[in-house]
Amino acid sequence: MNPVNYVYLAALLFTIGAAGVLLRRNAIVVFMCIELMLNAANLTLVAFSRMHGNLDGQIMAFFVMVVAAAEVVVGLAIIVMLYRSRHSASVDDASLMKL
Amino acid sequence: MESLIGLLVGAPLLGAAVLLCGGRRLDRAGHWLASVLAGASFVLGAVLFFDMLGKDGEHRALHSHLYSWVPVEGFQADVAFQLDQLSMTFVLLITGVGTLIHIYSIGYMEHDERRRRFFGFLNLFLAAMLLLVLADNFLLLYVGWEGVGLASYLLIGFWQHKPSAAAAAKKAFLVNRVGDAGLAIAIFLMFTTFGTFAFAPVLSSATDASEGKLTAIGLMLLLAACGKSAQVPLQSWLGDAMEGPTPVSALIHAATMVTAGVYLITRSGAIFNAAPDAQTAVVVVGAVTLIFGAIVGCAKDDIKKALAGSTMSQIGYMILAAGLGPIGYAFAIMHLVTHGFFKAGLFLGAGSVMHGMNDEVDMRKYGGLRKYMPVTFVTFGLGYLAIIGFPGLSGFFSKDQIIEAAFAKGGTQGWILGTVALIGAAITAYYMTRVMVLTFFGEKRWEPDENGNEPHPHESPSVMTIPMIVLAFGSVFAGGLFKAGDSFVHWLEPVTQHSHGDSPVSAATVTTGTVVALLLGVGAAWLQYGRRPVPRTAPRGSLLTRAARRDLLQDDVNHAAFVTGGSYLTRSLVYVDHKLVDGLVNGTAATFGGLSGRLRRLQNGFARSYAVSMFGGAAVLIAATLLMRAV
Repeated sequence: MNPVNYVYLAALLFTIGAAGVLLRRNAIVVFMCIELMLNAANLTLVAFSRMHGNLDGQIMAFFVMVVAAAEVVVGLAIIVMLYRSRHSASVDDASLMKL
Repeated sequence: MESLIGLLVGAPLLGAAVLLCGGRRLDRAGHWLASVLAGASFVLGAVLFFDMLGKDGEHRALHSHLYSWVPVEGFQADVAFQLDQLSMTFVLLITGVGTLIHIYSIGYMEHDERRRRFFGFLNLFLAAMLLLVLADNFLLLYVGWEGVGLASYLLIGFWQHKPSAAAAAKKAFLVNRVGDAGLAIAIFLMFTTFGTFAFAPVLSSATDASEGKLTAIGLMLLLAACGKSAQVPLQSWLGDAMEGPTPVSALIHAATMVTAGVYLITRSGAIFNAAPDAQTAVVVVGAVTLIFGAIVGCAKDDIKKALAGSTMSQIGYMILAAGLGPIGYAFAIMHLVTHGFFKAGLFLGAGSVMHGMNDEVDMRKYGGLRKYMPVTFVTFGLGYLAIIGFPGLSGFFSKDQIIEAAFAKGGTQGWILGTVALIGAAITAYYMTRVMVLTFFGEKRWEPDENGNEPHPHESPSVMTIPMIVLAFGSVFAGGLFKAGDSFVHWLEPVTQHSHGDSPVSAATVTTGTVVALLLGVGAAWLQYGRRPVPRTAPRGSLLTRAARRDLLQDDVNHAAFVTGGSYLTRSLVYVDHKLVDGLVNGTAATFGGLSGRLRRLQNGFARSYAVSMFGGAAVLIAATLLMRAV
C-alpha cells in the first residue's frame, strides 16, 4: 500500500483532534483529543520512517509515547483535582488565570 | 632663612589643629597656647624682617618651595611661598595686630564656655590669611582666600545660638562666594592666557597678553576684591558681620579679611597697569564705597556698625589708591597698615566699652564714659584722632598721601577723585566725632533695664587694656615713621614700583584742604551732638538718614534684584519642569499604559481561546514557511 495514505490519515486524525480541543468543553474530551493529535503525529513519524527507509522516525515515536504517558499522568491528576474543587470538568469554568 | 617661611603659616595652623582636635582637656590652657603660637609667628616674622633689612632692595625676596601639589605636565601647582617686601608688610601686620587681639580676647572671652574653640578659630584665621599673603602663585592664594572665608564664617557665627549671628555668618559666606567665583574665573583666564598662575611669570609677561583679556582678568580680580574687602556692590555682609564677638570684628577689619582685596589688587598691579579700563573700574569702586561707607557710618547708633561703615569707607580709600596705579600702590598699603593699628584699637576700645556696659551697643545709651574708663577713653581717643587724620598722627600722613595721589591722577578724573576723597575725609571726621562724643562726652544716658540692672561702667582688666595701649602707640607714631624720608615708599618700591604723578595742586594745598575738611567735619558733629543733649531714642531724621540707617537700602536692592528675580526664575523653571518635562514623561507612560490595557483583554483566562491563538500562530508559521519555500 502506498505509505502516503498513512500521512493523509494522520492529517485527518490531527484535524479531528485539533477541532476537539478547540470546540469541546469537557476536560476529559479535550484531553483525549490532545492524545489523538499526539498519535497522529506518531503516525506521520512512523510513515515517514517507512518512506525514507530508516528507523529515526520510529525512535522519535517511542520518545513521543513516553512523554505522552507522563503527560497523561500529570494531566489526569490536574483534571481530578479540578473536579474535586469545582465539581465541574468544564475547561471554561477554570478561567481564573487572567489579568 | 627660607625654611622659616613655612613655619610662619605652620605655627597658627598647628594651634588651630591642636585646639580644635584636642578636646576639653585644653580648656584651661588653650587660649595661652593660641596666643603664644600667634606671638611665635610674629617673632619669626620679625626675625625675617630684620634679616631682610640687611640686604639691598632688589634682593630681598625669599622663595621657599615646600612641595609640588599637582605635578602634571603643563599644569604645575606648587605649594611654594614668596616673601617679599609686600608680603612682609602684611605678615607683620597680621601677626602683630593678630597677637594683640589674641591677648585681648583672653580677657574679653573669659566667661564664654567655648573660649578654646574661639581661639582655635582665631588661629585658623591667622594661618589662612598668612597663607594668602605668602603664596607665590594664585592657586595657593586662592586656598588661603577660601580659608579666610571659612574662618570668618565660623567666627561671625560664633554665637550661633543667636539666629541673627547664624544668619550674618551665612550672609558673609554667601556674599564672599560671589567674589570667590570672580577669583576662580580670573585664575582660569590667567591659565588659558599665560599657561601658568605663578606670580612671577604671570606678572612679568602681563604686557604680552591682549588688552581685552587683561581687562577681563582685572575685572574678575576686582570682583574678588569687592567680595573680601566689602566694596560696593558686595558690601552688604560687613555690617551684619558685627554679630560676631568684638575681637573678631577687630581682626576682620584691621589685620585680616578685608585687607585681602587690597593685597590682591596691589599684588596683581602689573595686570592692572596694562588694563586701564579695569583700573578705572577699581577707582570707581573705591570712590563709591568711600562715600557709601562714610554715609552709612554717620547714621548708625550701634557703635560697632558705625565703625563697620568707617572700615568700608577706609578700605574704599585703599582701593581707590590701588586703582591709581604705581602712584598709589605704596600709599594704599601704607594706609592699610596705619588703618590696621587705629581700627583695631577702635574696635578693641568699643569692645572694652561694651564689656563695661553689659554688652549695650547703642551709643545713645552711653555718654560721659570718659570718667569711668580713662584708659579706654585715651586709647580710643588716639585712634579717633588718627582715623580722622589729625595732623601728626598716622591717619593724617597716609590719607593725605592718598588724596594727593588722587589729584595727581590728572585730568578731570583726578579732580573728581581728589574732591571725592576730600569730601570723604570731612565725612570721616563727622561720623568719628559723633561716635566719640556720644560715647565718652556729655551726660550719662544709661538707665536700669526692665530687670532693674543698671550698668556699672568700669575699666577693663589689664589683659585687655595693654593691647589697646600698644595699638594706640601704633596709631600715633606709625604714620610719621613711614612718612619720614618716604621710607615706606622706598621699602615697597621694588615690588610695586612707584612714580610721582604731576599733581595740579601743590602738596601744601592738599594738606590745607584736608585739615579744613577735618575741621568742618568735627565742627558739624560738635554742633549737632556736643552742644545739646542727645535724645535717648533716635529722632526720625531726614530721608537720607533713614536710608543710611538701613545701610542705604543695600539689602532692599539685593532683595529686589536677586531674591525676587531669582525666585521668579525658579518658579518659571518649576512650571516648565512640571508642564513640559514631566508632561512628556507622563504622557509617554500614559500612552503605553492605555495600549497595554487594550492588549490585556486578550488574556481572558479561557484555555480554549489560548489554544486558538496557539493554533493560529502555528498555522501562520507553517504558511509562512511554505510560502518562503515556494518563492
